Amino acid sequence: MHAINKYSLFNVSKKLCGCFKYASHFVYHPEQISNKFGKTNKKNMYQAINEAMDLVLSKDSNSVVFGEDVGFGGVFRCTSGLRDRYGKDRVFNTPLCEQGIIGFGIGLAVAGTTAIAEIQFADYMFPAFDQLVNEAAKYRYRSGNLFDCGKLTVRTPCSAVGHGALYHSQSPESFYAHSPGLKIVIPRGAHKAKGLLLSCIRDPNPCIFFEPKMMYRLAVDDVPDDDYEFPLGKADVLIKGRDITLIGWGTQVHVLLEVAEIANKDFGISCEVIDLVTILPWDKQTVANSVKKTGRVIVSHEAPLTGGFGAEIAASIQEECFLYLESPIRRVTGYDTPFPHVFEQFYLPNKWKCLQAVKELVNY
Amino acid sequence: MNGSSVLRKNSLKNVLSILESRLFSSASEATFETKPFKLHKLENGPNTNVTLSREDALKYYTQMQTIRRIETSAGNLYKEKIVRGFCHLYSGQEACAVGMKAVFRDTDSIITAYRAHGWTYLMGVDPFGVLAELTGRKGGNARGKGGSMHMYAKNFYGGNGIVGAQVPLGAGIAFAAKYNKTGGVCFTLYGDGASNQGQVFEAYNMSKLWNLPCVFVCENNGYGMGTSAERSSASITFYSRGDYIPGIWVDGMDVLAVREASRFAIDYCSSGKGPLVMETATYRYSGHSMSDPGTSYRTRDEIQEVRQTRDPITSFKEKIIGANLVNIDELKEIDKEVKAQIDDAVKKAKTDTEVPLADLAGDIYSKPLETTIRGVTPFKNLEHIRIGPAVNLN
Repeated sequence: MHAINKYSLFNVSKKLCGCFKYASHFVYHPEQISNKFGKTNKKNMYQAINEAMDLVLSKDSNSVVFGEDVGFGGVFRCTSGLRDRYGKDRVFNTPLCEQGIIGFGIGLAVAGTTAIAEIQFADYMFPAFDQLVNEAAKYRYRSGNLFDCGKLTVRTPCSAVGHGALYHSQSPESFYAHSPGLKIVIPRGAHKAKGLLLSCIRDPNPCIFFEPKMMYRLAVDDVPDDDYEFPLGKADVLIKGRDITLIGWGTQVHVLLEVAEIANKDFGISCEVIDLVTILPWDKQTVANSVKKTGRVIVSHEAPLTGGFGAEIAASIQEECFLYLESPIRRVTGYDTPFPHVFEQFYLPNKWKCLQAVKELVNY
Repeated sequence: MNGSSVLRKNSLKNVLSILESRLFSSASEATFETKPFKLHKLENGPNTNVTLSREDALKYYTQMQTIRRIETSAGNLYKEKIVRGFCHLYSGQEACAVGMKAVFRDTDSIITAYRAHGWTYLMGVDPFGVLAELTGRKGGNARGKGGSMHMYAKNFYGGNGIVGAQVPLGAGIAFAAKYNKTGGVCFTLYGDGASNQGQVFEAYNMSKLWNLPCVFVCENNGYGMGTSAERSSASITFYSRGDYIPGIWVDGMDVLAVREASRFAIDYCSSGKGPLVMETATYRYSGHSMSDPGTSYRTRDEIQEVRQTRDPITSFKEKIIGANLVNIDELKEIDKEVKAQIDDAVKKAKTDTEVPLADLAGDIYSKPLETTIRGVTPFKNLEHIRIGPAVNLN
């Protein structure tokens, strides 16, 4: 019943899109929720994230939330109301100093406090690159496990938003993926965001939680009110298929879901869609199992092609699944250009580019 | 009955004041007293007794009004969704830029953060070039590729999107000036928010270590995004935060005070004494950016009070009329001209040609080894193009 409703809704929105300008380059696919985690309510992603932090602050008295302007909710409203509920000693604004924010968070975490830091945009996190790569990632290793900063979680909005231009649109996940010791997670919507953020906060390793900013308001799911977690390092197979595997994360998952629907309906191609969920450590097993079954694979991400995380996945697949492959592995990504202001719609790996790749690989 | 007599009385008063100002506006020069400058590690500061010519009065007034108009139009275009992306307005801070620019020599340069529209205009780009950049059109200053925060001109090393990132660049630009013996000084601008970025202190150290001709200008508008200076900074005497670098505090709402302080700074830095920090105490009327209404962390009354008592344009206007340098009619005429000019620029910026798709792969490298840009199916044949030579090296 739910599926039918969703499908008819999808058709309606497709028809409407003929007359109106697209607000975004994808159609959001709400989660199919079981009642495994109890009572649910419709929430968007920023509300789900807010709830996760609310839960942590209420249950763990040794936890704090901080970042630029988070005291009154932050730019995307994720921390709304938290300062009123938990006091300004636990939810507070920092100066504009990203390197300081992360270093401070590492200090808090290593001294045993659950530290939830917000960097206002992922594009702003580069001043803190040293703290993340050289301090956070290596604390446990270099101290022979005497010390760690596993209680640190860094939340930051990433990816395209429709008009973000050079410094409010980037997807820098692969920069951090080169740092063993960190965990990197990207949710695809509200339901996943809440459970994954709770997992990240409680995981005994420093985590970077990239939140696709386009999803904050747009992604509305039935989100459980209770506390729940999802395993890190575990990919989700969202659609099972026979002919080709499509791998993505964050916003791009929704592009791929639509591609799978079109490929199936118009070309009779059966796509398997995987949301990688965790970039580091990534779920090689689920990916390899899928590719061994379908023999073809596309990895798609908004970040530029060269050095994107798709490269890592492609290299691993050829190693694990070489004899199963029916066609070359294809990456459908952003161009090797800075994230362009006026050309965003041309830059993004939209459904048509992905669909074209699907057709080419199936007919290879 | 009563109302209309008041009206009549008022209009009579207006006529009289116009007549009066016409009759007596013959002064070619006037002197004013600025608020005292505060000094850090300096024996002497700028002169508080300043002279202003009639010609300069008209120029500064026009410039400040033009910036205010550009910003109002930019805000409106944003609300109409014609300008997308991020947009930070300079309204309220006009006296800072106009005061500094007033004493720039050909060799002096400037680099600023993301509140860059006014500076772009002052450094020689016409309002259309600014507004068309905002609307992402071909006639824009950066061909529509930069948007609000990324505009450039000769000696203007740009707006910069990352908080504080331009500050070390300013030190580098100053070093180049010293190395090449141009005699130039680099004005390196940042806000009270950015003043807490670590790289500001790294730049301070290098500049003093090597005695670079760099004026670090902290435009203190009271709020770093949504956090007031008091709540983000352990020390809010930004002019003294260079520690070993001397500093000046200046009333940033007074164009003449900023001008005098900048004149002093140029003399100081170009005489080989090294860098200087200059804090301009100012105020921004709008929110941090267009997504911030600017009223959740301060009261509407506060903004209203600044507008009424400290507005850089209104106070300058009163000052120059009071000193008989100009008359009200002349200023009204300027207002009218500025409005017409900006309205025209807005119209053109809305309808200018869009940037061609080929520009997506333009100017990524100077001379790329691979002439096509790696990308995705099916449009994989993007040719790398060189759109134009860089202006900074010419």
